[in-house]
Amino acid sequence: MSAALLIAVMSVVTILLRALPFLIFRKETPAYITYLGRVLPPAIIGMLVIYCLKDVSLTARPFGVPELLSVACVAGMQAWKRNSLVSILVGTVVYMLLIRLVF
Amino acid sequence: MRKQTLQHAFYKSIPVCAGYLVLGIGFGILMRNAGFGVLWTAAMSLFIYAGSLQYVGVSLLAGGASVLTTALTSLMVNARHLFYSISMIGTYKDAGKWKPYLIFALTDETYSLLCDGSVPPGDDPSLYRFLVSFFDHCYWVTGSILGSLLGAVLPFSTAGIEFSMTALFAASFTEQWLTARDHAPAVTGLLCTLLCLVVAGPDRFLIPSMVLITVVLTLLRRREGGQS
Repeated sequence: MSAALLIAVMSVVTILLRALPFLIFRKETPAYITYLGRVLPPAIIGMLVIYCLKDVSLTARPFGVPELLSVACVAGMQAWKRNSLVSILVGTVVYMLLIRLVF
Repeated sequence: MRKQTLQHAFYKSIPVCAGYLVLGIGFGILMRNAGFGVLWTAAMSLFIYAGSLQYVGVSLLAGGASVLTTALTSLMVNARHLFYSISMIGTYKDAGKWKPYLIFALTDETYSLLCDGSVPPGDDPSLYRFLVSFFDHCYWVTGSILGSLLGAVLPFSTAGIEFSMTALFAASFTEQWLTARDHAPAVTGLLCTLLCLVVAGPDRFLIPSMVLITVVLTLLRRREGGQS
Protein backbone atom coordinates (compact mmCIF):
# COMPACT_ATOMS: atom_id res chain seq x y z
CA MET A 1 0.00 0.00 0.00
CA SER A 2 1.80 3.10 -1.16
CA ALA A 3 -0.45 5.49 0.82
CA ALA A 4 0.42 3.62 4.03
CA LEU A 5 4.11 3.82 3.12
CA LEU A 6 3.92 7.59 2.51
CA ILE A 7 2.07 8.13 5.81
CA ALA A 8 4.75 6.10 7.60
CA VAL A 9 7.47 8.21 5.96
CA MET A 10 5.78 11.47 7.03
CA SER A 11 5.34 10.11 10.55
CA VAL A 12 8.92 8.89 10.95
CA VAL A 13 10.49 12.07 9.54
CA THR A 14 8.32 14.23 11.81
CA ILE A 15 9.17 12.15 14.89
CA LEU A 16 12.89 12.28 14.01
CA LEU A 17 12.77 16.07 13.63
CA ARG A 18 11.07 16.46 16.99
CA ALA A 19 13.36 13.98 18.79
CA LEU A 20 16.74 14.71 17.22
CA PRO A 21 17.64 17.84 19.22
CA PHE A 22 16.93 15.99 22.46
CA LEU A 23 19.39 13.31 21.37
CA ILE A 24 22.23 15.40 19.92
CA PHE A 25 22.12 18.98 21.24
CA ARG A 26 22.28 18.19 24.91
CA LYS A 27 24.74 20.97 25.55
CA GLU A 28 25.06 23.47 22.73
CA THR A 29 23.31 24.29 19.44
CA PRO A 30 25.47 25.19 16.41
CA ALA A 31 24.91 28.76 15.23
CA TYR A 32 24.11 27.62 11.67
CA ILE A 33 21.24 25.45 12.94
CA THR A 34 19.88 28.30 15.04
CA TYR A 35 20.12 30.57 12.00
CA LEU A 36 18.19 28.10 9.81
CA GLY A 37 15.59 27.80 12.55
CA ARG A 38 15.03 31.51 12.37
CA VAL A 39 14.96 31.99 8.58
CA LEU A 40 13.51 28.72 7.22
CA PRO A 41 9.92 29.02 8.53
CA PRO A 42 8.90 32.17 6.60
CA ALA A 43 10.68 30.95 3.45
CA ILE A 44 9.03 27.52 3.56
CA ILE A 45 5.60 28.99 4.27
CA GLY A 46 6.07 31.24 1.22
CA MET A 47 6.98 28.16 -0.79
CA LEU A 48 3.86 26.36 0.42
CA VAL A 49 1.59 29.26 -0.56
CA ILE A 50 2.93 28.98 -4.11
CA TYR A 51 2.74 25.17 -3.96
CA CYS A 52 -0.98 25.46 -3.21
CA LEU A 53 -1.47 27.75 -6.20
CA LYS A 54 0.73 25.80 -8.63
CA ASP A 55 -2.13 24.53 -10.77
CA VAL A 56 -3.83 27.92 -11.18
CA SER A 57 -3.77 28.97 -14.83
CA LEU A 58 -3.04 32.60 -15.58
CA THR A 59 -3.66 32.18 -19.31
CA ALA A 60 -7.16 30.66 -19.25
CA ARG A 61 -10.40 31.92 -17.67
CA PRO A 62 -10.80 32.90 -14.87
CA PHE A 63 -7.06 33.79 -14.94
CA GLY A 64 -6.54 32.99 -11.24
CA VAL A 65 -8.74 35.89 -10.17
CA PRO A 66 -10.75 33.94 -7.51
CA GLU A 67 -7.51 32.67 -5.94
CA LEU A 68 -5.88 36.09 -6.01
CA LEU A 69 -8.91 37.83 -4.46
CA SER A 70 -9.25 35.15 -1.77
CA VAL A 71 -5.55 35.21 -0.84
CA ALA A 72 -5.75 39.04 -0.63
CA CYS A 73 -8.77 38.59 1.60
CA VAL A 74 -6.87 36.22 3.93
CA ALA A 75 -3.90 38.60 4.11
CA GLY A 76 -6.19 41.58 4.76
CA MET A 77 -8.13 39.78 7.50
CA GLN A 78 -4.88 38.62 9.10
CA ALA A 79 -3.43 42.15 9.09
CA TRP A 80 -6.67 43.49 10.54
CA LYS A 81 -7.66 40.91 13.19
CA ARG A 82 -4.40 38.91 13.69
CA ASN A 83 -6.53 35.79 14.16
CA SER A 84 -5.50 32.95 11.82
CA LEU A 85 -8.68 30.95 12.34
CA VAL A 86 -10.90 33.88 11.32
CA SER A 87 -8.67 34.65 8.30
CA ILE A 88 -8.79 31.03 7.10
CA LEU A 89 -12.55 30.72 7.54
CA VAL A 90 -13.35 34.04 5.82
CA GLY A 91 -10.89 33.39 2.97
CA THR A 92 -12.24 29.89 2.32
CA VAL A 93 -15.89 31.02 2.40
CA VAL A 94 -15.07 33.91 0.04
CA TYR A 95 -13.36 31.47 -2.33
CA MET A 96 -16.25 28.99 -2.23
CA LEU A 97 -18.71 31.80 -2.95
CA LEU A 98 -16.59 33.28 -5.74
CA ILE A 99 -16.27 30.03 -7.69
CA ARG A 100 -20.03 29.43 -7.35
CA LEU A 101 -21.54 32.86 -7.87
CA VAL A 102 -19.09 34.93 -9.89
CA PHE A 103 -16.69 32.81 -11.93
CA MET B 1 -4.44 16.67 43.32
CA ARG B 2 -4.56 14.73 40.06
CA LYS B 3 -8.08 15.97 39.35
CA GLN B 4 -6.87 19.51 39.84
CA THR B 5 -4.02 18.93 37.37
CA LEU B 6 -6.52 17.55 34.88
CA GLN B 7 -8.62 20.68 35.27
CA HIS B 8 -5.68 23.06 34.93
CA ALA B 9 -4.44 21.27 31.82
CA PHE B 10 -7.90 21.31 30.27
CA TYR B 11 -8.32 25.06 30.83
CA LYS B 12 -4.88 25.67 29.39
CA SER B 13 -5.73 23.70 26.24
CA ILE B 14 -9.07 25.41 25.49
CA PRO B 15 -7.61 28.06 23.14
CA VAL B 16 -6.22 25.29 20.93
CA CYS B 17 -9.50 23.36 20.94
CA ALA B 18 -11.44 25.55 18.48
CA GLY B 19 -8.51 25.86 16.10
CA TYR B 20 -7.70 22.16 16.03
CA LEU B 21 -11.34 21.14 15.61
CA VAL B 22 -11.85 23.50 12.65
CA LEU B 23 -8.52 22.73 10.95
CA GLY B 24 -9.01 19.03 11.69
CA ILE B 25 -12.47 19.08 10.11
CA GLY B 26 -11.00 20.83 7.05
CA PHE B 27 -8.33 18.15 6.82
CA GLY B 28 -10.88 15.34 7.14
CA ILE B 29 -13.03 16.82 4.36
CA LEU B 30 -9.97 17.23 2.10
CA MET B 31 -9.01 13.61 2.67
CA ARG B 32 -12.56 12.49 1.95
CA ASN B 33 -12.62 14.54 -1.28
CA ALA B 34 -9.28 13.01 -2.29
CA GLY B 35 -10.80 9.54 -1.88
CA PHE B 36 -9.35 8.54 1.52
CA GLY B 37 -11.75 7.33 4.20
CA VAL B 38 -11.88 7.83 7.93
CA LEU B 39 -9.23 5.24 8.85
CA TRP B 40 -6.58 6.88 6.67
CA THR B 41 -7.52 10.27 8.09
CA ALA B 42 -7.38 9.06 11.68
CA ALA B 43 -4.06 7.27 11.08
CA MET B 44 -2.47 10.46 9.74
CA SER B 45 -3.73 12.60 12.62
CA LEU B 46 -2.67 10.00 15.19
CA PHE B 47 0.79 9.18 13.88
CA ILE B 48 1.96 12.28 12.00
CA TYR B 49 0.18 14.91 14.10
CA ALA B 50 1.50 17.93 12.19
CA GLY B 51 -1.14 20.16 10.61
CA SER B 52 0.74 21.80 7.72
CA LEU B 53 2.40 18.55 6.65
CA GLN B 54 -0.90 16.66 6.74
CA TYR B 55 -2.53 19.29 4.50
CA VAL B 56 0.35 19.00 2.03
CA GLY B 57 0.24 15.24 2.57
CA VAL B 58 -3.25 15.01 1.09
CA SER B 59 -1.92 16.07 -2.30
CA LEU B 60 1.19 13.90 -1.91
CA LEU B 61 -1.01 10.85 -1.26
CA ALA B 62 -3.53 11.74 -3.97
CA GLY B 63 -0.77 12.41 -6.51
CA GLY B 64 1.15 9.24 -5.64
CA ALA B 65 4.34 11.12 -4.73
CA SER B 66 7.63 9.26 -4.41
CA VAL B 67 9.11 8.30 -1.05
CA LEU B 68 11.98 10.75 -1.63
CA THR B 69 9.67 13.68 -2.39
CA THR B 70 7.54 12.79 0.64
CA ALA B 71 10.56 12.52 2.95
CA LEU B 72 12.10 15.79 1.73
CA THR B 73 8.78 17.61 1.91
CA SER B 74 8.26 16.34 5.46
CA LEU B 75 11.78 17.44 6.32
CA MET B 76 11.35 20.96 4.97
CA VAL B 77 7.76 21.58 6.08
CA ASN B 78 8.51 20.36 9.61
CA ALA B 79 12.10 21.57 9.97
CA ARG B 80 10.87 24.24 12.36
CA HIS B 81 10.10 21.49 14.88
CA LEU B 82 13.85 21.04 15.38
CA PHE B 83 13.87 24.48 16.90
CA TYR B 84 10.86 23.98 19.12
CA SER B 85 12.61 20.89 20.46
CA ILE B 86 15.90 22.74 20.92
CA SER B 87 14.18 25.32 23.08
CA MET B 88 12.38 22.64 25.14
CA ILE B 89 15.47 20.54 25.97
CA GLY B 90 15.73 22.16 29.38
CA THR B 91 12.00 22.14 30.14
CA TYR B 92 11.51 18.45 29.32
CA LYS B 93 14.77 17.33 30.95
CA ASP B 94 13.19 15.61 33.93
CA ALA B 95 9.97 14.40 32.30
CA GLY B 96 10.87 10.71 32.73
CA LYS B 97 8.27 8.32 31.37
CA TRP B 98 6.24 11.17 29.82
CA LYS B 99 9.18 12.44 27.80
CA PRO B 100 8.77 10.35 24.61
CA TYR B 101 5.14 11.39 24.22
CA LEU B 102 5.86 15.03 25.09
CA ILE B 103 8.48 15.11 22.31
CA PHE B 104 6.22 13.32 19.81
CA ALA B 105 3.32 15.71 20.50
CA LEU B 106 5.27 18.98 20.35
CA THR B 107 3.21 20.78 17.67
CA ASP B 108 3.27 24.52 16.95
CA GLU B 109 0.22 25.08 19.14
CA THR B 110 1.29 22.86 22.02
CA TYR B 111 4.69 24.54 21.93
CA SER B 112 3.00 27.94 22.13
CA LEU B 113 1.09 26.78 25.24
CA LEU B 114 4.06 25.21 27.04
CA CYS B 115 7.13 27.16 25.90
CA ASP B 116 7.13 29.63 28.79
CA GLY B 117 7.68 26.66 31.12
CA SER B 118 5.10 27.77 33.69
CA VAL B 119 3.10 25.16 35.61
CA PRO B 120 0.20 25.86 38.01
CA PRO B 121 1.37 25.66 41.65
CA GLY B 122 0.93 22.23 43.19
CA ASP B 123 0.77 20.33 39.89
CA ASP B 124 3.29 17.70 38.79
CA PRO B 125 4.96 19.55 35.87
CA SER B 126 5.41 16.49 33.68
CA LEU B 127 1.89 15.19 34.20
CA TYR B 128 0.48 18.67 33.54
CA ARG B 129 2.46 19.03 30.30
CA PHE B 130 1.49 15.52 29.26
CA LEU B 131 -2.20 16.30 29.75
CA VAL B 132 -2.04 19.59 27.82
CA SER B 133 -0.26 17.78 24.94
CA PHE B 134 -2.72 14.89 25.11
CA PHE B 135 -5.83 17.12 25.07
CA ASP B 136 -4.49 18.96 22.01
CA HIS B 137 -3.84 15.64 20.25
CA CYS B 138 -7.41 14.55 21.06
CA TYR B 139 -8.88 17.74 19.56
CA TRP B 140 -6.87 17.22 16.39
CA VAL B 141 -7.83 13.57 15.94
CA THR B 142 -11.47 14.28 16.82
CA GLY B 143 -11.69 17.16 14.34
CA SER B 144 -10.15 15.05 11.57
CA ILE B 145 -12.57 12.17 12.13
CA LEU B 146 -15.53 14.57 12.29
CA GLY B 147 -14.42 16.16 9.01
CA SER B 148 -14.06 12.80 7.33
CA LEU B 149 -17.54 11.72 8.45
CA LEU B 150 -19.11 15.11 7.70
CA GLY B 151 -17.49 15.22 4.27
CA ALA B 152 -19.42 12.11 3.31
CA VAL B 153 -22.85 13.40 4.38
CA LEU B 154 -22.79 17.20 4.03
CA PRO B 155 -25.94 18.30 2.19
CA PHE B 156 -24.08 20.92 0.14
CA SER B 157 -21.10 20.72 -2.18
CA THR B 158 -17.75 21.25 -0.51
CA ALA B 159 -16.09 22.30 -3.77
CA GLY B 160 -13.54 24.97 -2.94
CA ILE B 161 -12.93 23.69 0.61
CA GLU B 162 -9.41 22.82 -0.54
CA PHE B 163 -8.71 26.54 -0.49
CA SER B 164 -8.55 26.25 3.34
CA MET B 165 -5.03 24.85 2.86
CA THR B 166 -3.95 27.86 0.79
CA ALA B 167 -5.63 30.10 3.35
CA LEU B 168 -3.81 28.36 6.22
CA PHE B 169 -0.42 29.07 4.65
CA ALA B 170 -1.37 32.57 3.44
CA ALA B 171 -2.49 33.53 6.96
CA SER B 172 0.69 32.10 8.48
CA PHE B 173 2.82 33.89 5.87
CA THR B 174 1.07 37.20 6.55
CA GLU B 175 1.44 36.80 10.32
CA GLN B 176 5.17 36.06 10.01
CA TRP B 177 5.55 38.99 7.61
CA LEU B 178 3.87 41.34 10.10
CA THR B 179 6.03 40.22 13.03
CA ALA B 180 9.38 39.92 11.21
CA ARG B 181 11.84 42.78 10.94
CA ASP B 182 13.83 41.04 8.22
CA HIS B 183 11.74 40.13 5.18
CA ALA B 184 14.60 38.58 3.19
CA PRO B 185 13.76 34.96 4.17
CA ALA B 186 10.09 35.32 3.18
CA VAL B 187 11.00 36.97 -0.15
CA THR B 188 13.66 34.30 -0.75
CA GLY B 189 11.03 31.59 -0.28
CA LEU B 190 8.63 33.19 -2.75
CA LEU B 191 11.20 34.05 -5.44
CA CYS B 192 13.11 30.74 -5.35
CA THR B 193 9.84 28.79 -5.56
CA LEU B 194 8.47 30.91 -8.42
CA LEU B 195 11.74 30.49 -10.32
CA CYS B 196 11.71 26.70 -9.86
CA LEU B 197 8.02 26.52 -10.77
CA VAL B 198 8.69 28.33 -14.06
CA VAL B 199 11.83 26.30 -14.85
CA ALA B 200 10.84 22.81 -13.66
CA GLY B 201 7.05 22.93 -14.04
CA PRO B 202 4.25 22.26 -11.50
CA ASP B 203 5.05 18.56 -11.00
CA ARG B 204 8.76 18.73 -10.26
CA PHE B 205 9.53 22.06 -8.61
CA LEU B 206 9.21 21.21 -4.93
CA ILE B 207 12.59 19.57 -4.30
CA PRO B 208 14.58 22.11 -6.40
CA SER B 209 12.78 24.89 -4.51
CA MET B 210 13.76 23.48 -1.12
CA VAL B 211 17.38 23.04 -2.15
CA LEU B 212 17.58 26.52 -3.70
CA ILE B 213 15.96 28.14 -0.65
CA THR B 214 18.47 26.47 1.69
CA VAL B 215 21.40 27.48 -0.52
CA VAL B 216 20.26 31.10 -0.87
CA LEU B 217 19.56 31.45 2.85
CA THR B 218 22.99 29.99 3.63
CA LEU B 219 24.60 32.49 1.23
CA LEU B 220 22.61 35.33 2.80
CA ARG B 221 23.96 34.30 6.19
CA ARG B 222 27.53 34.47 4.91
CA ARG B 223 26.83 38.00 3.71
CA GLU B 224 25.44 38.89 7.12
CA GLY B 225 28.88 37.92 8.39
CA GLY B 226 27.83 34.65 9.97
CA GLN B 227 25.51 36.22 12.50
CA SER B 228 22.70 34.16 13.81
